[in-house]
Order: sequence, then structure tokens, then C-alpha cells
Amino acid sequence: MLQITCPWCGARAESEFSCGGEADIVRPLESETLSDEAWGDYVFMRKNTKGVHKEQWFHASGCRRWFNAERDTVTYQFIRTYPIGAGASGDSHGAD
Amino acid sequence: MAQTNRIPQGGRINRAVPLTFHFNGKTYQGVEGDTLASALLANDVHFVARSWKYHRPRGIITAGVEEPNALVQLESGAYEVPNARATELELYDGLSAKSVNAKPSLENDRLAVNQKIARFIPAGFYYKTFMWPQKMWPKYEEFIREAAGLGEAPTVLDTDRYDKRYAHCDVLVVGGGPAGLAAAWVAGRAGARVILADNQPELGGSLLRQPASIDGLPGLEWVARIESELAAMPEVQVLRRSTVFGYQDHNLLTICERKTDHLPLARRQGVRERVWKVRAQRVILATGAHERPLVFANNDRPGVMTASAVSTYVRRFGVLPGKRAVVFTNNDQAYQTALDLYEAGARVTVVDPRTASYGDLPQQARRRGIEVKYGTVVSHASGDLRVSRVTLSRYQGGRLAGDAGSLDCDLLAMSGGFNPVLHLFAQSGGKARWDEQKACFVPGQSVQAEISAGACNGDFSLARVLSGAVQAARRSLELEGFALPRLPAWSVEEQGEAPLLPLWLVGDRDKVGRSDKQFVDFQNDVSAADIYLAAREGYHSIEHVKRYTAMGFGTDQGKLGNINGMAILAEVLGQSIPETGTTTFRPNFTPVSFGAIAGRELGDYLDPIRKTCLHEWHVEHGALFEDVGQWKRPWYFPRNGEDLHAAVARECLAVRNSVGMLDASTLGKIDIQGPDATTLLNWLYTNPWSKLEVGKCRYGLMLDENGMVFDDGVTTRLAEHHFLMTTTTGGAARVLNWMERWLQTEWPHLKVHLTTVTDHWATFAVAGPNSRRVLQKVCSDIDFAPQAFPFMSYRNGTVAGVAARVMRISFSGELAYEVNVPANLGRKVWEALMAAGAEFGITPYGTETMHVLRAEKGYIIVGQDTDGSVSPIDLGMEGMVSKAKDFLGKRSLFRSDTRRHDRKQLVGLKPLDPKFVLPEGGQIVAQPTSGGMTPMLGHVTSSYFSPILARSIAMAVMKGGQSRHGERVYVALRDGRSIEVEVCSPVFYDVEGGRQHV
Repeated sequence: MLQITCPWCGARAESEFSCGGEADIVRPLESETLSDEAWGDYVFMRKNTKGVHKEQWFHASGCRRWFNAERDTVTYQFIRTYPIGAGASGDSHGAD
Repeated sequence: MAQTNRIPQGGRINRAVPLTFHFNGKTYQGVEGDTLASALLANDVHFVARSWKYHRPRGIITAGVEEPNALVQLESGAYEVPNARATELELYDGLSAKSVNAKPSLENDRLAVNQKIARFIPAGFYYKTFMWPQKMWPKYEEFIREAAGLGEAPTVLDTDRYDKRYAHCDVLVVGGGPAGLAAAWVAGRAGARVILADNQPELGGSLLRQPASIDGLPGLEWVARIESELAAMPEVQVLRRSTVFGYQDHNLLTICERKTDHLPLARRQGVRERVWKVRAQRVILATGAHERPLVFANNDRPGVMTASAVSTYVRRFGVLPGKRAVVFTNNDQAYQTALDLYEAGARVTVVDPRTASYGDLPQQARRRGIEVKYGTVVSHASGDLRVSRVTLSRYQGGRLAGDAGSLDCDLLAMSGGFNPVLHLFAQSGGKARWDEQKACFVPGQSVQAEISAGACNGDFSLARVLSGAVQAARRSLELEGFALPRLPAWSVEEQGEAPLLPLWLVGDRDKVGRSDKQFVDFQNDVSAADIYLAAREGYHSIEHVKRYTAMGFGTDQGKLGNINGMAILAEVLGQSIPETGTTTFRPNFTPVSFGAIAGRELGDYLDPIRKTCLHEWHVEHGALFEDVGQWKRPWYFPRNGEDLHAAVARECLAVRNSVGMLDASTLGKIDIQGPDATTLLNWLYTNPWSKLEVGKCRYGLMLDENGMVFDDGVTTRLAEHHFLMTTTTGGAARVLNWMERWLQTEWPHLKVHLTTVTDHWATFAVAGPNSRRVLQKVCSDIDFAPQAFPFMSYRNGTVAGVAARVMRISFSGELAYEVNVPANLGRKVWEALMAAGAEFGITPYGTETMHVLRAEKGYIIVGQDTDGSVSPIDLGMEGMVSKAKDFLGKRSLFRSDTRRHDRKQLVGLKPLDPKFVLPEGGQIVAQPTSGGMTPMLGHVTSSYFSPILARSIAMAVMKGGQSRHGERVYVALRDGRSIEVEVCSPVFYDVEGGRQHV
């Protein structure tokens, strides 16, 4: 079981969280102008990264806040977690 | 019965406390401190098992967790444990066990005949032989499973209690031998929070079987000193009888602590096993090493044991397992066993393939006059139920070089060197590294925050064990920022040792498979010949060889034999051992009981049970319940012995003809507040919400981004910026998560707050033509006149003296109201409504009636009539899809696939036989089927007998169904019949919808 650092609550067991998959996918604003393929890309296509992967996590059995994480999909190590919107320069929490 | 092999003095046992036990129906005596294995050996019982496949006689081979043979079915009934290792079972008074895999008895095993046909059933035999005809496989399987086996699963419920505990610590030390004790002591001295877990009842590890002197103290006195000092450190916790069975991600280690297994059954109370889940900042692995067997012909005869096991029985348990012993070793360590046996009074001969050994132990052995045959190997063992003689061969340049006579013996102690116990290190993600000089795998680079110390790190001398452990503790403390204590310098006399001679397979390579079996994996009956065969047949990856031969499966997971097997494979393939590699070490290190894994999450505690505030009323009124998600909902209320059919018919007709009441408190309720609430609803639902007036209700469909329906419900506008959303009972949490996710991740600028209020409100549906009259009797401050309180609107008022929200909505098609009151007052209001409705025969109804009523109206239930692949268009609800706005899932409704006309669409089905109720899930076909392949057109999603229509009805999804009303198709039944049905609109009753508008 992973240990995940919620940006608001600190380090907690994975069982308190759920993973929301790839982060930073923006919903297209004018969806009706998109081709079937472009819309399908948004709905279905996800990166299958080997290495550092940006993903969304939800502290479901805790503060119920969503946040972003950079996690290595090979080693399962979290590089950092940070509030959504904080981006690269934002307030972040290292893995330890 | 006399313990003929018991040594008069010494050992960690208490001869003053005799214990009676039963094995295979015979009664024996052991003493306090024994294991079942040591007690059996004390009674000269070596033959304790039949092997898995060939049913060969087998004996106790080890003294620990790596035991492959001595598996027993322990106790019976509620205490039954299959495949318990006799070497780990602490003896208690009255213990009762029997051998596994031997019927009717160990001595008269029916399948012992397999030994005679062994050469015809090598590895892969079953795969090759039982492939065809395919349909016979179930029969083959029954036979094979009966023949090849381990213990039997208990059939009686386990009455013991199990527990779980979570813990955090600075340093977790795994193993209570000299390395673990030293490391824990240093870490404890630094003030670190330390947990030391050891799988034995007493600490000491290898010192329990080896003579040692530390700081001038005998080894076990040093252990006692360290143990008492650890006990005095407040931050140090020592767990005995506790096996660390898993090393998970992020330094989470799982420990199974056995609390009562060592006690007589009658004295057991409280928790049997406790699983610890320990998140450790640092881990020090001090898990020791397992001795390797040697691979020679008939090396599985009872009386053939590992040398360290023999020493354990002699020194720790005061048992001399044999009186005429041969010690066959390729290293110096086993000379200690020769000395132990000699001192205990046995006649001992050492057989050593090396040309000489100058180490201290061999010198001591020679000084005592123990005969040592150098340049010699044991190539063959004889004896049936017990080894009686070994054949010796001269050994030169890695090959047998001629006969060297034979020795009579009743015990053979073998040692092929030691394998560090790398299981936890490997589970942590670390890769093992082959150490050529020590001829074993040792830990490579650490991946997690762990460090290995002692024998599991390849340090086999006590001096190096202790210094390595101190350094491991020091490193861990430094990394965690602890000030170092004064480090101890325990003095240990270093022993001179000659290197071992790797010896993986004794015997001529060209005769492998043509002489008696040379076992590699005892538990799975894998011999050297099987590995040769696998290699010949093209299985070159160790993982493939494992699966072809079964080497490394079973309860011991190859602890004893795997390294020998890999080395033999490496030689066959002409490659090095590191090139061959190891198989994957997976948790659990040793088997863990299901009880321990489940803990208290059993039965009613498996999942939360949610009950409405009216639950007791329902029980008092005879309701039968059904589970909807975690909720208990009344299913129906039988009266006077009614069955489901009769009760539901009565309840349905009461609603259609007068009035009924349903506890709908389980519907999900989400309170939505804020200036942007309407914007959020416009995103979530397919229909528009901006123009909904305050005091009005609206039905909404929620789609995922793939355009498929995932929830529905009625939302009421309570105020300009305040809505109450209802969701399906099972979907409440999912919908709230969905909404929160969008709000937090995509539209954080929206000013909306969401609060779940499902449990706060009791909700009753009062349904039927008399519902208005009932409510009027208990509520005077709401005008129920049809125009004043129209369909799909909401009023605040006082119902039975309680402030209530009343919605005029209907899931039955009748005139109906939904009354919401604070849950704490729910029962009072419900009872007042029941009393007010008595004159109309108000009838409580359950979910089954609710289902029938809504199906008569063609109302869907999300999750029953939809399955995640159904769009609003498929449901015939395209009218609810707004053209003016974007919403979640909208764009997907315009993909070519969602626009297909032959998608499965919601329809009604009427069986031509109006009494026949179709099975839900039944497949729709165009023609009656008579076996063979038939295209499936769709399936039945809901099916009931409608009391008001006096006929059966069904809802279904069917390809192109919306344009096929009036057609006749068939529903294929499991029994081969095909039922003719007419496709129709899913609205069966009150098609114009007048009844709910009265």
C-alpha cells in the first residue's frame, strides 16, 4: 500500500485515496466544433507513461480534495503532490 | 510411550512438563518447549508424510519455516488447520494431527503405487496426457486433484477471532537472531521507536542451535542480557511468534502475530492472530539463512535432514534424531553438527567432497576422533521408510570417480551451504546478486529504505554478523537524523573457515533420470531429471521451468530447493547461475490464514450496513429486506403467509386503487447551494435548468463524457441559489464524487457548495388516488388543491406537526407526494401518515412493488435497464437532450456510433402467454432457437407480472427496437424453450399519463 502525501492533510495510507488518472486534461470548451477523432482523443486516449506520470488523486476518505501528483509508474515513488492549479512552481510536497 | 531419542540433559525444553499428543491416531509424549517435529523425532518417528505426486515416504527434513515435507492436518472442526508445518507447531497438551496426502493411512497409502510408475509420470505428464478430449478434463481434474494433494480445506466455520493493528516506527527489525538483536539494541539505545519481530517463541535465532561466546558470555546468556535491556527501553517493542510475511510499497510491512496457537485448545481465548501493518521509516532485515540440501539419489528418504536442523534438534530440543549418523557436507559449518551428534552420543562419519579442510571446526572434529572421508560424496541412499545405508563415491574434478564403499546409518545430515533468506529484500523490489565466493545470492542494491544484516546479507560468521548489524543500525539512525549512541564492540572469537565447494548435483550427468530420483524440490516431487527434461523440451527461462516442473510452488515456495534447481538448470544450459537468475519472490513469506487477512471484517462487518430511520418499524411489520448498495430496503411486506407474488399484487393494487406508502429515505440527496448552482446543473444534466422556477421540480439524466446514462433523479429548486438533488440509492456517493471532481478540477471558479444530506432526511412516497386526502388530514398549512400544488412542484409545510418539504412527484404514475422530514422525526410522521391513511387502507409497500409500478409506466432504473452503454437516445429520451447548451457527454451523442439506428434501444415486451413472466437477462432472438448459433437482438432488463393489467410485462433493450414495435420475436430460455413476445412501447399503463395529473 502506497503512502501518499495529501497537500492538505499530510502523509496518509493509499486506502484513503482514489486515483483519478492522468492530470492536466482540459475539457474542450467548444466540444461541438471538434471532430469525432479529437473528441475521442479527449474522452478515451490516455498516456501510458513508463516513468514520471502526472496524475490526479482524490483524498476520498479524508479532506475530499482533489490534487495532482507526479508519480513514477515504475518505482511507485511519488516525486511530489500539489494542489491543482499550483503547477510547476506551486506549493508542493516531496515524497518524504 | 518412551521418548527413546530424548537426550538426558540440555536444550531449551522443560523435561519436567510432559505433554501428550496424538499423531495419525497414535498417542505420544513430548515435553514443554518441543515442536511437533521435535516431539515426533524424540519418539523416533521420522516417517511422517507421503509426497505430493509419487506418494513416496517422507520425513522431517528441516527445523523451520522451510520445511517441505512434514505438513500436517492440525486438529479438526473449528480449529482445523491444513498444511501446518510440524517444524513450526509448538507442542501443547492434547495436540492432534495427521499426515496430509495419505489415504487411508500413512503406512497403507493407496497411491503409494505411484512410486512404481514414477518414471512414466515425469514433469509435464499431466499437460501432455490429459489434453483431450477436452470435455473429459473435469473428470481428469477430479482424479488428479484427489491423487495429488496437500491438506484438506476445513469445512467448519473458524470460530476464532482475528485482529488488525496499524503501527508506525522509526526502525523495524525483522528477525530476532544475533543480527536483529544487535541492530535493535543499537537503534533502541539511540531512542528510536523500534519494533523487533521474530517468528520464534524465543529470541536468539541461530544461537539457539549454535554454541557461541560473546563478550565472554555463552551465546544464549548474551541473548538474555540483550532481551532484558530491550525490555527496559520504552520505545522498543518486541513481537515474538510474529512472522513478517510481506514487504509492500513505501516500507509497509505486514506481520502476522500468533497469540494462542501454542496453547491447548481449552485454554485459548481472545485473539488468535493479529496482523500488524507497520509503516517503518527504516527496515533492517536480519532474516538469517536457510541451509541447502544436497541432490543425490534417494535424498528424500526419511532420516535425511539438513545439518543445521539436526543441530537444532540436538542442541535446542534435546533430541538425537539418529545414533549412527553420516554428515555429508561441502562446507565447514556442518562439522558443528558432527560435533553436536558426537557429543550427544552418536557415531558419526563426515563425508566431504573437498580434498581437505583446515577450518577450526573440521580440526575440532578430527581431534575428537570423528572419521572424515575427504574427496568423497554420498551418491545414493537406501532404505525404505528410513535411511539405512548410504553409498559413497570418490569425487574428483566435479565428477564421480569410482566406488568408495558404503556406510550403514540411520541419519544423514546434509549441508550444501546456506542461502540467505532474501524473500523480504526481493519483495521490497531489490535484485539479488550472485556472490561467487560464497556460492549464494546476496542482497544487491536497496530500492526501499532497508538494509540487510547478518546471514541474510551473506555474513555467516558471528563476528561479522554482529559488526554488520551494528553498522546497519548506525546507517539507519544517521539517515533518520538520530544522534548515535556509543556503539558496542561485542567481542567474538573469529573462527577460521575453509571455503565451501559448490556441489549442486551429485552423480553422473549422463545417468540423470535413469537411476533413483535425485530430488530438488521435495514438496512438489521435482527431481534433477525433471529439470533436465524441461531444458531438453525447450524451457530455458527459469520462470518457464518453474511452471513446467512445479518447482517452487506449494506451501514452501521453493525455500529449500530453488537455488539448487537454478544451479542445475544453469549447468544443463551451460550458463552461469546469475544468467539463469531466480524466480520472483512474492508475498507471503509463509502461508497466512484467511482469518488473519479478513480480521474482523466478516459477516455483518464486511461492509457497513445502512438502515433508514424506519428500519425497526419495517421489521415490526414483517418486512422482508433486500440489499440496495449498503442499504437494507423493505422488499415487500407479506401478510398472513403471503408469498412474494401475492404480497406484491396486493401492494400494487392498493397504490393503483387507493393509497400506499414507500420508505424512499435511501434515495441519495445532495444539497446544492451558491450563485453558480444553476450553471453546475446545466453542465451535469442533459436538460436545461436556468428557467426552472423556485418551488418546481424537474427530472434529469446525468451522462458520463462517453454520452452514456449513469444516474437520474429529480432535482427541486428550493430557492434562487438552492437546489436539492436526488440520486439513485446506489449512485449517491458516485454522483457526489462526480460533481465534486468537476467542481474542483475543471470549474474551481464556480461558486457552489455541495453537501450530502441523504441521512438527514426521511423521505416517504405517498402514492395513489387517495394520497391527497391522506396528506390533507395531517397537513393544514399546504393547499393541496390540484391547481395550487401542481404536479412537479414543491411546498414547505408542517406534516403531523413536523416541518416538512413536500414534493408532488411520482415514480408510480399515480397522484403522489414525496414527504421529506428530518430523519430523527421520521418514524413519528410515518406513523401519523399510516394512521391518517387507515380509513383508505393505506398500505406500506416495498421495492418490489415500486419496481412493478414503475415498469408499468416504463420508467427506467439506472443500472437495471441501463448498463453503462445506453444513451438517452437509446432510451427514447432524446427530447430531454438540450440543443441549446453544452453538457457533460453531449458531444458523444453525435458520434457516428451513438447515432447508429441499430443500437440497442429500450422497448417493452409482452409475452403472448400473459401468464408467463420472462426471466430478466433472457436473450431476444428472431426465431425460436434449436441450439446452434443465433444472432442476439438484445436482452430483457426488467420483467414482472402486472396485477393491474393482469398480465406479464417486460422492459428490454433491443437492436433498432424503437422502430420495431408490433413485431413478434422470441426470448430464449435456459431450458431450450423459446417464448414468443410482442415488441411494444415500454409504457404499459395509463399511456396518456393522466393519473398523476389529477
